[in-house]
Amino acid sequence: MSDNGPVQTRCPVLNVRRVDAYYAITVVAPGIAERFRSGQFVSVAVGGDHSSTLLRRPFAIHDVKPDYGGTVEFLFAVRGSGTAWLAERRSRDLLDVVGPLGRPFPLPRDPVNCVLVGGGSGSAPLFPLAQSLRRRGCRVDFVLGGASADRVFSAITARRIAETAAFTTDDGSFGTRGRVTDVLGRVIEESRSDAVYACGPMPMLRAVTAVAGNHGIPVQVAVEETMACGIGICMTCVIPVVGEDGITRMVRSCVDGPVFRGEQVRFDDVGTIPFDALGAPGWKGSSAARAAESARDIA
Amino acid sequence: MNADLRTRLGSLRLPNPVVTAAGCAGSGRELEQFFDIAEIGAVTTKSLMLEPRAGRPAPRMAETPSGMLSTTGMQGPGIDVFLQRDLPWLLSRGGRAIVSIAGAGVGEFGELARRVSEAEGVGAIEVNLSCPNPADPAGRRFADDAAQAATVVQTVRSHARSDLPVLAKLSADVPDVVELAGACVTARADGLTMINTLRGMSVDTRTLRPAVAGGMGGLSGPAIRPLAVGCVYRVHEAFPEVPIIGVGGVRTGTDVLEFMAAGASAVGVGTVNFSDPSACTRVLREFNEALDARGVSRASEVVGAAHRAGTGV
Repeated sequence: MSDNGPVQTRCPVLNVRRVDAYYAITVVAPGIAERFRSGQFVSVAVGGDHSSTLLRRPFAIHDVKPDYGGTVEFLFAVRGSGTAWLAERRSRDLLDVVGPLGRPFPLPRDPVNCVLVGGGSGSAPLFPLAQSLRRRGCRVDFVLGGASADRVFSAITARRIAETAAFTTDDGSFGTRGRVTDVLGRVIEESRSDAVYACGPMPMLRAVTAVAGNHGIPVQVAVEETMACGIGICMTCVIPVVGEDGITRMVRSCVDGPVFRGEQVRFDDVGTIPFDALGAPGWKGSSAARAAESARDIA
Repeated sequence: MNADLRTRLGSLRLPNPVVTAAGCAGSGRELEQFFDIAEIGAVTTKSLMLEPRAGRPAPRMAETPSGMLSTTGMQGPGIDVFLQRDLPWLLSRGGRAIVSIAGAGVGEFGELARRVSEAEGVGAIEVNLSCPNPADPAGRRFADDAAQAATVVQTVRSHARSDLPVLAKLSADVPDVVELAGACVTARADGLTMINTLRGMSVDTRTLRPAVAGGMGGLSGPAIRPLAVGCVYRVHEAFPEVPIIGVGGVRTGTDVLEFMAAGASAVGVGTVNFSDPSACTRVLREFNEALDARGVSRASEVVGAAHRAGTGV
């Protein structure tokens, strides 16, 4: 047991509100709030103690406030019976929440210019990130996109806290018609961005990483993989990622991520086991690769 | 909370019967964030192979009613990294280790048993018989053929240190689980762990394609518990002297009681770890309370109670 790791807590719901096409739930969870760093997520049990829906649902943390000793807010869309159950929670209901989970967004040492790119509900973790960056004196610009106007999350807040905010929708109902990457290059140039942070669906992260690469600036991506446990034991949320040592491993999105350096994610190979991944069929690792694996700390 | 919880699996003595199920607790490190790993009976590690293994492509998991379907393809670091890195960590925290091994062939099982035996502090070896047998023309698992399963157990037994208990982990979706158990016992397994996941499929009705890559997955969770309890009951009836770790859908302390009454000496907590990371200690506490409530002073009294005439305990 550790003091800075995740905690499991039964916490009361403070409120549930509709935000455009999404729901936002705020829970009172001081243990999670005090440990939280932006980019981290919670996993929430759904359906009650005797539920036949066993698996937790992972949600990026959207906001943390000091009220009531510490509150945590997360955002979700109703997709199935689990999220439908969550949407029916009311103030003072108890939720079983584990968090904060995963590796947070790394923050720059210097006050640099950062552009934050979000797709749909993937925009949620970018708001606490924006606050952290602002506190460090960074310039923050937003590019937020979604299928339609009601799926571009928190445009007003983005306009308020960022230097500039650009919006895109697939159907053109809000902002520019198209994808976030249609406007990202222009934003990077106009705001002289030094770094990109992105969260959203895998194809979007792939495209954002390519744009950042074209501009020669680093990009941190937060992936939204499905997962069963969120704590690193079920091995179901793996994606191929190239390590500092040049070796590709199938790493767990939950504990090795959800934040990765964009260029280290092998987007083209997501959903496959690349032939050169450590332990792939026919893989023959060098003794050096094995030694590196042995020395690697899994914690 | 006064009951004597100690239990034995052959020569392995455990302070209580709650262990983790293979593949549902890593090597204990992640769960240690939520409870003291030394508190539970033992950690059964995920199945280790000789070489590092990348496993299956995603998607690897689908939620099913009271269960989940998964197919990780035994992703893992390989036995050497486990023995150098993960095992010492577990032992340093006061944990007890049941090391699950999975060979890509009979010979590999022997080699794995030899390497595990060279390590200090291992409590027992669990032999995962649900791996595909490369020598089988139809690509069946070792567990699908009692004679092949017996060969694996015999090989592990002859390569393992003689004082190290060897537990055979059985699949239940086989023609006759009692026959399979008997073959493993004859091959000198010291105990049996049952059951492994059951092969199943879930179809994504939006795409009309299987929900997990490769089609079939292993079904686990409370959905399979009655089947697991039934297997434990039948095998205990046939081989009452052979210790069993009952595994399959345990969610609460009374589920542990159920498996023990059917004939298990210890009980593995599996899929529920994914949904409740402190499940092992909660289940142990609930089990303790359940014994108290029934006025049972020793957990071992419960073992096989469902077989005895009249009322249980």
